[in-house]
Amino acid sequence: MDESASKNKPIIICHDVHKWFGSFHALKGISMDVNKGEVIVIFGPSGSGKSTFIRTLNRLEEHQRGQIFIDGIELTHDVRNIEKVRMETGMVFQQFNLFPHLTVLQNVTLAPIWVRKWPKEKAETYAQQILERVGIPEQADKFPAQLSGGQQQRVAIARAMAMQPKVMLFDEPTSALDPEMIKEVLDVMVELARSGMTMVVITHEMGFARAVAHRMFFFDEGQIVESGPPDKIFNNPTEDRTKLFLSQILTH
Amino acid sequence: MTVSVSTDHIRPPAPPGPLAWLRQNLFNNWYNSLLTVISLAIVAWAATNILRWVFFEADWRPVFLTPLLYLVGQYPRQELWRLGAAVAAASFLTGISWRVWGRAMRFLVIAYAVFLLAGVVWPLEGEGLTLPVRIFLLSNLGLILVGYLAGGLRILRPAYVLVAWVFTLGATLLLLHGFSGSEVLPVVPTTVWGGLLVTMLLAIGGITISFPIGVLLALGRRSSLPVVSLFSTVFIEFVRGVPLIGVLFLASIILPLFLPADVRIDRLLRALIGMTLFSAAYMAENVRGGLASVPLGQVEASKALGLNGAQITLLVVLPQALRAVIPPIVGQFISLFKDTTLASGVAVLEFLSIGRSILQANPEYIGLQAEVYIFIAAVFWIFSYLMSYASQKIEAALGVGER
Repeated sequence: MDESASKNKPIIICHDVHKWFGSFHALKGISMDVNKGEVIVIFGPSGSGKSTFIRTLNRLEEHQRGQIFIDGIELTHDVRNIEKVRMETGMVFQQFNLFPHLTVLQNVTLAPIWVRKWPKEKAETYAQQILERVGIPEQADKFPAQLSGGQQQRVAIARAMAMQPKVMLFDEPTSALDPEMIKEVLDVMVELARSGMTMVVITHEMGFARAVAHRMFFFDEGQIVESGPPDKIFNNPTEDRTKLFLSQILTH
Repeated sequence: MTVSVSTDHIRPPAPPGPLAWLRQNLFNNWYNSLLTVISLAIVAWAATNILRWVFFEADWRPVFLTPLLYLVGQYPRQELWRLGAAVAAASFLTGISWRVWGRAMRFLVIAYAVFLLAGVVWPLEGEGLTLPVRIFLLSNLGLILVGYLAGGLRILRPAYVLVAWVFTLGATLLLLHGFSGSEVLPVVPTTVWGGLLVTMLLAIGGITISFPIGVLLALGRRSSLPVVSLFSTVFIEFVRGVPLIGVLFLASIILPLFLPADVRIDRLLRALIGMTLFSAAYMAENVRGGLASVPLGQVEASKALGLNGAQITLLVVLPQALRAVIPPIVGQFISLFKDTTLASGVAVLEFLSIGRSILQANPEYIGLQAEVYIFIAAVFWIFSYLMSYASQKIEAALGVGER
């Protein structure tokens, strides 16, 4: 792949994105471009709109003003565009949202079989490879409820990766985990980031951000307050709100 | 210094022996002892009276002498081989289901075998229970085993077995009814069908047809299309606001008024339609409860993977929703089974009305109502309990991964 050419063409383009819940103005003009292979970390206080924003990227929330392009496809009311974008974006949720009535293998192969129309054998072979990659190949025939939280979240990552997405969205992937399980999930995410996956991650795991993020965005009250590479955000934040928030989450 | 004490030798406290249990629970003070003695006396008194009545005082002639009437009503005796063929098919499929579904089915297989054996050893030479019939019933046990062996074939999937059951049900109806103009299978009008046969047809037919309709209505009620959701809601709320006997009257008297004069729907079929529509409305509300219990996150995860609306419903939402409402659905089935007795109100001779007509037709049975109705109640209880038990087994079998 031509690195420089693809670097020049952002895979995610958001321009002046607005979103209201009733009269509550949740997103107040978010603009953000993400290049191929970039790892973006979004952080900010709860209610700042970061989760709403990441959910507009695959149309789980509808934006009401502005434009969003994913890999050149604009998200509009056109259902076919929405389906195309959802095929190209994987999402990992805070609460895992695995399908409890299906085994791990069935969770991972469901979308490739029904959306990508792969034959079952191909989907299963690929699913086994991915389960290997996230470190739980031996759990394939178990049900989600038989796994620990960390294992469940790794299955959720595998399920998203099985669709071979171009972009992965993570909505607070470690917030619902017990402390001893956070690392195993972050390790998988670090490996994924280093393999060149384009990632948008909402997290307060600042170690992860420092290690792999290319740029960080601080959200507050529906706006991007400050953005920049981790080095700048951690060492030279310009905005007082950023400084205050970082001091709150970093000093214990 | 660390002190480590081995705890390997410590065992949980032993449960109390039977005598200790008695003392702890029934005789732990004077008034509990008194209560225990009085209760035992009442139970013993009731039990001896009931047993004496059952074995010495009751006259079971109206129950034992006419088993065929209870089973099939006035269905022509020379055409009963058709029912025999259906029973044979059911035995074979029961065997296959036993192998395919395993534990969940075992109890039902045993119950079915007990019914067959009851026919074989029925104590009186009742009408129709001739030696060949008894041999036929016995050979059905063999058919179950043959089905069990056949169920081991690799190609058999549970879905195929389910389809086979539905197909057999339809074929049985056609076979029992016959075809007009046919020499081999002359039409047996449903007016002479009766007894347990009709009760079972109404119940099984009502259950199998009302289930998919109920699921569709439940989905329709949540639909984003206003017409679909309005129709479903109006239908459900209308039917739920009318007593079943009213729906049956509607189906048997008003339905023909809306149809062309030359189209006449069979009386039994009208009762079946009424019961099915009634049951479907309640089924829809049960399923709706299940649909509401599936977390929104499930739908979001499916959307994020790119599944479309129909796939989300069929692959993710419905399987979880139906699993969550197995107990109320089976409860619904059981009440439908018992409600078939109301079809007697529209002149369908189901199991209960057969009992009543046997009492009315024979002057020598005057005063034997208790025997007949207790027998009928016992039969309904046995079938209802079997369904309830099967529901528990299915829940347990599907429970993996739930908790």
